[in-house]
Amino acid sequence: MSTAFDHPTYNYRVVRAFTIMTVVWGVVGMAIGVLIASQLVWPDLLANIPYLHFGRLRPLHTNAVIFGFGGSALFATSYYVVQRTTQARLFSDVLSGFTFWGWQIIIVAAAITLPLGYTQTKEYAELEWPIDILITLVWVAYAINFFGTVAKRKMKHIYVANWFYGAFIITVAVLHIGNSAVVPVSTFKSYSVYSGAADAMVQWWYGHNAVGFFLTAGFLGMMYYFVPKQAGRPVFSYRLSIVHFWALISLYIWAGPHHLHYTALPNWTQSLGMVMSLILLAPSWGGMINGVMTLSGAWHKLRHDPILRFLVVSLSFYGMSTFEGPMMSIKTVNALSHYTDWTVGHVHAGALGWVAMVSIGAVYHLLPAVLGFKPGAMYSTRLINVHFWLATIGTVLYIASMWVNGIMQGLMWRAFNDDGSLTYTFVESVDASYPGWFVRVLGGAIFLLGMLLMSYNSYMTVRSAKGKEAESFQADTQVA
Amino acid sequence: MDINTLRTLATPIAFIAFVGIIIWTFSKGRKGGFDEAANLPFADDDDEVSVEQRKSSVEKKTHE
Repeated sequence: MSTAFDHPTYNYRVVRAFTIMTVVWGVVGMAIGVLIASQLVWPDLLANIPYLHFGRLRPLHTNAVIFGFGGSALFATSYYVVQRTTQARLFSDVLSGFTFWGWQIIIVAAAITLPLGYTQTKEYAELEWPIDILITLVWVAYAINFFGTVAKRKMKHIYVANWFYGAFIITVAVLHIGNSAVVPVSTFKSYSVYSGAADAMVQWWYGHNAVGFFLTAGFLGMMYYFVPKQAGRPVFSYRLSIVHFWALISLYIWAGPHHLHYTALPNWTQSLGMVMSLILLAPSWGGMINGVMTLSGAWHKLRHDPILRFLVVSLSFYGMSTFEGPMMSIKTVNALSHYTDWTVGHVHAGALGWVAMVSIGAVYHLLPAVLGFKPGAMYSTRLINVHFWLATIGTVLYIASMWVNGIMQGLMWRAFNDDGSLTYTFVESVDASYPGWFVRVLGGAIFLLGMLLMSYNSYMTVRSAKGKEAESFQADTQVA
Repeated sequence: MDINTLRTLATPIAFIAFVGIIIWTFSKGRKGGFDEAANLPFADDDDEVSVEQRKSSVEKKTHE
């Protein structure tokens, strides 16, 4: 895109690029999600093509939605927010461009290597060591670019959103380097330096903080800018946001062991993880209440602003899943929920309801802004409204079906006869899961349909910006 | 000192730090600064202005 509607001070070029890729990777990642959900219902689907087997596509789905969609949304919004709240241009245009192209190459590399079967087999860290090195380089460039901009700021304060983005950038660097410590044996094969229970603990120290810092702290930064901005009023309590920040970042890092209940992990570590996960409810809800209460006295705005509705409903799902999470981390509850679809449902309550919805709201706010329109002035507000309902219905169908499936599976697996034998075979629980899996495909497809509407809406918004630019160019030459 | 004493001390130290953060955050003198910080997202509304300017300039051109 050309530079006629470029901002005099800010680097909006990189924000635009990441915003558009947010939508693209969102569609791609969620389409793969619908495909693998369908493979669970119809196991013969593409079963004879090894590259498209469920086991290879599933990590591609998680990588595309977390790092492709979520990552691009985080880059786009953090670059936008840090410039707008410091009133300074991004530290370096070269580093901005490097983070954009580097990050896109990483996602494309994931889309090539994972179907080919190259994997470190660590959840959310499957990518092999050469890609891990590229991630590290991009991340260091991102950190320099972000903190360099904060250092250039014209005012005394660093707005709270930037604190959350900053914590996300630093912690993800530590997690990625810690968990990806491997010994390479060939170009695409490596072995972890950790082994046994320690390896599992390091993996879930990484894994849960990928949730805590990549998928929570970063998106809370998004929330602290876009909710007040779209509502047109400052955040409910700035003091609460500070306590929220320090409590959240100091607690999340301890919650990982709840992924390893009833395993070879020492019992005290499991209990510690459980207690820390329970305490985590307090900062999570503190932040949720702070976001929602920002609308106090302006609730009527929800009636005709679908963007604000996306942002506020995302906070409701955030509150719901951060209540569900601590509850599931209680060992006795986990004894029922672990390894069932309930976990998958919980993840998607957070991923679709919170992460995707807050990102969608943020993109609808900032895409027009970086194209020279009024923030939130997309091509069609009606389509945003339709998208909102598709996203909400899709998410509810997904998580409700997984609750039903999960509790059913958990109960079937631990049902005993009087003589001590198991009441059900495993395959009976698989058979009983089919209706729920079908509803999941339905929910996912409805959510994906909303994303397709968003693509169309975004495309038309970009197109009208280009038209406007051509028009003003013509007018300029006529005057001259 | 035994390493485990240090490990035990980490918990009360973290708790004291947390209480310290709360006292710092809610102390009276901070209010003005926090209000200023909370309004930072609105300190920079220049593109609303530029949109208005652009709109009016486009309107002028179409009327000419």
